[in-house]
Amino acid sequence: MTPDIRDILFRALADPTRRALFERLCREGEQTVGALTVRAGVSQPAVSKHLTVLKQAGLVRDRHEGRLTHYSAQLGALAPLIDWTSQMAGFWQSRFDHLENLLRRMDQ
Amino acid sequence: MTNTATETRSVVVEREMPHPPEKIWRALTQPHLIEEWLMKSDFKPVADHRFSFRADWGAVDCQVLEVEPHKALSYTWAAYGLESVVTWTLTPTSSGTLLRMEQSGFRPDQEQAYQGAKYGWQQFFAKLDEVLTRTD
Repeated sequence: MTPDIRDILFRALADPTRRALFERLCREGEQTVGALTVRAGVSQPAVSKHLTVLKQAGLVRDRHEGRLTHYSAQLGALAPLIDWTSQMAGFWQSRFDHLENLLRRMDQ
Repeated sequence: MTNTATETRSVVVEREMPHPPEKIWRALTQPHLIEEWLMKSDFKPVADHRFSFRADWGAVDCQVLEVEPHKALSYTWAAYGLESVVTWTLTPTSSGTLLRMEQSGFRPDQEQAYQGAKYGWQQFFAKLDEVLTRTD
């Protein structure tokens, strides 16, 4: 994984409107631009522009059906952001500290 | 970003402690002691026993895999889309015990990735400023 992939994902999700669109697609599944616009609080061209950025980041995929474009979330694209090993390493290190404290207290 | 679903990764924490294995074993297996250093749980040192760890941020679903008193203990650990196995190994040393914890699991994908990402959100935003500054 190169840092560039993270940069692209961070930038794509840094915008609150884009993040909201992405989260909606994650929660509710595939939707048309029109359906997304209804609750986005911005114009349809603005929604389309945000979706393009998400698409370039690999976070969404579009599917054309007649005149409608359906968007769906590509959850696998988030994988580079989820470095669970470093999160858990920190977690266990601190738990080991607590465990050592407890063991010392058990002596008494 | 392909074929990430089957990639195994692990976290290892090892520490030598000036305590006998029997005592560390108690801290690893008795719920009232586990709670003091890890989390609340309904753990029992019995193979196949299903239990959970609970904290204010949520719960971890677990199942005991292996129990070898004073030597080894392993259980599954499922939380925030992370499916993993935690294995404790106790090795006596001249001055106490070498305690080793290995958590191995799989990189999440699809729905799991989203659940995991929610957990990672905080870290994500902490890095955001840095990245934006660098790339602007």
